[in-house]
Amino acid sequence: MQKMYSETPRPEHVEKNLVPKGETIKFLLDYSKALSVIDYNKLKFEALLN
Amino acid sequence: MFNLESIDMKKSIVTDASLVSAYMQGNESALGDLITRHKQRIYSFIYSKVFDRDVAEDIFQDTFIKVIRTLKRGKYNEEGKFLPWVMRIAHNLVIDHFRKNNRMPKFENNDDFNIFSVLSDGALNAEKQLIKGQVENDVRRLIQELPVDQKEVLVMRMYKDMSFKEISEQTGVSINTALGRMRYALINLRKVIDKHNIVLTN
Repeated sequence: MQKMYSETPRPEHVEKNLVPKGETIKFLLDYSKALSVIDYNKLKFEALLN
Repeated sequence: MFNLESIDMKKSIVTDASLVSAYMQGNESALGDLITRHKQRIYSFIYSKVFDRDVAEDIFQDTFIKVIRTLKRGKYNEEGKFLPWVMRIAHNLVIDHFRKNNRMPKFENNDDFNIFSVLSDGALNAEKQLIKGQVENDVRRLIQELPVDQKEVLVMRMYKDMSFKEISEQTGVSINTALGRMRYALINLRKVIDKHNIVLTN
């Protein structure tokens, strides 16, 4: 008998409205607020302020 | 209808370039606007490559961490090309992800198949240990049923790990006789096992 090969369908294949979690975006916004770049003699230093 | 159109117009008035420049001048909310505007497209792109929500989430986060660091350092100079730039960062991070996974292949478990049901650390589990003990006990009992001279040779060879030369020296028979006794011991053991339908499996 002929062998049948199949792939498990991925339901999210068709889903177009995929968005990241709210917590990921909140993290990024908080990270951005905390990150400060300090210029010193043409050098740039990053500092994360809490 | 009119309202929707005016909202669309408002949206297009504030370009990515002006949001980027506002953000670079310290307006933090501009970043929120940029993320909200493009999150779906960027996230869907990443997901379409990795097919894993958690990995997509991580790559999305790493993408924007790069964006934030570059903008804060004032290194961004592609005015008007914000989205293609972010997409390129995401694309590179997706490639990095697959490169890393090639070096350290991961197996995806699902409900039907779990790799840990096949792989083990080589140590016997409690059940296998019990079975092994039972099999060894059965074999010992069967050995007791053998004629004394055969039993003697088999015990020396298998349990005491002696060579046939040593066995011959200790029992005072030739090596060939010791070999013959060992052979008959095994034949007799097999006979008893077959006769009584004893199953010795591990």
